[in-house]
Amino acid sequence: MTSPEYIYPEGALAFPHRGLVGIGGLAPHEIWFLLDEAQQWVELNRGTQKRRDLLSGLTIINAFFENSTRTLLSFEIAGKRLGADVVNMAVANSSVKKGETLIDTAMTLNAMRADAIVIRHASSGAVQLIADLVDCPVLNAGDGQHEHPTQALLDALTIRQAKRAFNGLRVTICGDILHSRVARSNILSLASLGAEVRVCAPPALMPADIERMNVKVFHDFDAALKGADVVMMLRLQLERMEGQFIPSPREYRHLYGLTLDRLAKAEPDALVMHPGPMNRGIEIDSNVADLVGRSQITTQVEMGVAMRMACLDVLTRKARNVEGWA
Amino acid sequence: MSNQAPLTVTNGKLILADGTIVHGALRCEGGFITAIGADVTAQPGDTVHDAGGHLIAPGLVDLGVFAIDKPAFHFGGVTRAALMPDQNPPLDVPARVRFAAQSGKPDFWVHPLAAATQGLEGKSLAEIALMRDAGAKAVATGRHWIGDSGTMLRLLQYTGMLGMVVMTHSEDAGIVGKAVATAGEMATRLGLPSAPAEAEALAIARDIALAELANAPIHFRKVTTAKGLDLVRGAKARGLKVTAGVTPAYFMLSDLALAGFRTYAHLSPPLRSEDDRKAVIAAIGDGTIDVIASGHDPRGPEDKRLPFSDSAPGMAGAETLLPHTMNLVRDGVISMSRAFELVATNPARLLGVNAGKLEVGAEADIAVVAPDRPWIVDSSKMAAVAGNTPFDKQPVQGRAVALFKGGVAVLQK
Repeated sequence: MTSPEYIYPEGALAFPHRGLVGIGGLAPHEIWFLLDEAQQWVELNRGTQKRRDLLSGLTIINAFFENSTRTLLSFEIAGKRLGADVVNMAVANSSVKKGETLIDTAMTLNAMRADAIVIRHASSGAVQLIADLVDCPVLNAGDGQHEHPTQALLDALTIRQAKRAFNGLRVTICGDILHSRVARSNILSLASLGAEVRVCAPPALMPADIERMNVKVFHDFDAALKGADVVMMLRLQLERMEGQFIPSPREYRHLYGLTLDRLAKAEPDALVMHPGPMNRGIEIDSNVADLVGRSQITTQVEMGVAMRMACLDVLTRKARNVEGWA
Repeated sequence: MSNQAPLTVTNGKLILADGTIVHGALRCEGGFITAIGADVTAQPGDTVHDAGGHLIAPGLVDLGVFAIDKPAFHFGGVTRAALMPDQNPPLDVPARVRFAAQSGKPDFWVHPLAAATQGLEGKSLAEIALMRDAGAKAVATGRHWIGDSGTMLRLLQYTGMLGMVVMTHSEDAGIVGKAVATAGEMATRLGLPSAPAEAEALAIARDIALAELANAPIHFRKVTTAKGLDLVRGAKARGLKVTAGVTPAYFMLSDLALAGFRTYAHLSPPLRSEDDRKAVIAAIGDGTIDVIASGHDPRGPEDKRLPFSDSAPGMAGAETLLPHTMNLVRDGVISMSRAFELVATNPARLLGVNAGKLEVGAEADIAVVAPDRPWIVDSSKMAAVAGNTPFDKQPVQGRAVALFKGGVAVLQK
């Protein structure tokens, strides 16, 4: 399905990138192309026969240097549904703990002739460093506070399903913007697709000069919610905070928790989103997170698998000699 | 050196201590300059070096380097360097200072900087007087700021009494935390831990107040922001014993150089905004900055081929100090003689050593410099032990074509 919003070229020119390290560097029509590609997998995943052996014989390594449950699982399911051999390398079992450098680990994975490597790492830029060294496509599953591109893509897919278009759409992202790679990738993709992006956080959790990324900055959540079509809540990343950024979770909820009363300040049909895992009762109340018809939180997870299937498919087309891509 | 034949360097443009530049020659005997001027000629038996019309300048005195990397310093026209106490183990006891002071002789002199505090931990004062008598020429806080104001005050009172200058790092540690970049659009886009540039001004403001209280000299090793430089400017206007230094990276580069997570641009303090870069140039021009040093800190791939925030800060700068300083002359920011005050005379004065200027009686540390000679920085072919330069593949102008330490040739090309 080619949507009327963006026209993109045929074949490999639709996505002329070796890997997916970030949303930064992608043109809007390239993002749109990936969303279109994911659509077919949404349908497949809803059926009973969930396998399409496009990547049969290919090896995908999920190298997660930082703990993850849902993203790792989502990538694993995506690879398996496409028929690839998926191997997970968890940091707890790796020689990284024995002092091996990231470069050595990358060279090792490369020598095992993976056809795609999915990487999560706690340091910003780590995925780019590996991508520059290995021969196969690299997908960024989150690097430090830099980018988490598949999350932004699945969020865009979720929003597109409900709202059809992005132009003029008001999206409020609230929470720990400073430490959030999800926020950065979403800002880049949504702003590039034409949405009005608002970010809301206390000053200590707002990165410097963020307005240069084409967003409106709010510290008052109620003001940020006014007229919002999408409300995207972020988790307080307490584990990334060095020093005290907020007085207490209770106080944080008082100012920035998404309650039913607060949600009423947004548009009546505003979507509620959260990349997970949620701290229920802190940044989002349970009755908001579970609000039928409004909360997209489980849809996001569903779209995640489809989106990652699309990314794995597109990025391995050259290696698979797909017509127009070889 | 006494058995060495006297040296006469002829046919060059002499940069004299009074700031004038005259065509002439310079004669050295026993390691010291004995005659200098337009009418000086070689005596029978002298070793004669024809400077070929190039500049005859004092050998550079590099204030605050992290490694003794002789080939790199000789390439860069440096005859003496003040070694930071951040060695492994740190220079915080007299024996290590004494050893470091001997480690470059005879063709390169190392002036160790005594660690201000034991283990450079910023808590207990080190044995500064013993280290002075073992050869330490000044005191340094190391890579970090001393966070405890009481410790810093007692340090300055003590060094003021001993007549030694304290070279301090200027970043408020509480604000900096684990930051590796200056807060701003670049750090935000890259998702790098960052701290506001004001961390520097905060540290400088406190240390100026403490130095004034203690009536002690203080040298801010790298002042890199407009606000920090304003504080130094104000302190100097009030007649305080405050001096400031910088390295070329801060007038050549801004935080844009971090794009693509380039770890060679990971420096301490981190590269600043374009406005701050311009403020550094202005401060060099108006005399607020007294010293330009290399901050030479060679780092191999094990320290640099890492994710940005895991990499070690620092650059190999000894070879590019001279050409980047010559840039400031070409751009009309400073005169040629002022350039050598910044890289030689002033650092030597802060260390209290008889070098850094060409005058009768000074030690014969002499660089023959072709100020406009073009060459290309190549990180894979540097003389330094590691090629971690953010200026890789960039064309520069200015090079030492001969170098003499104590009247003896150590480099000729």
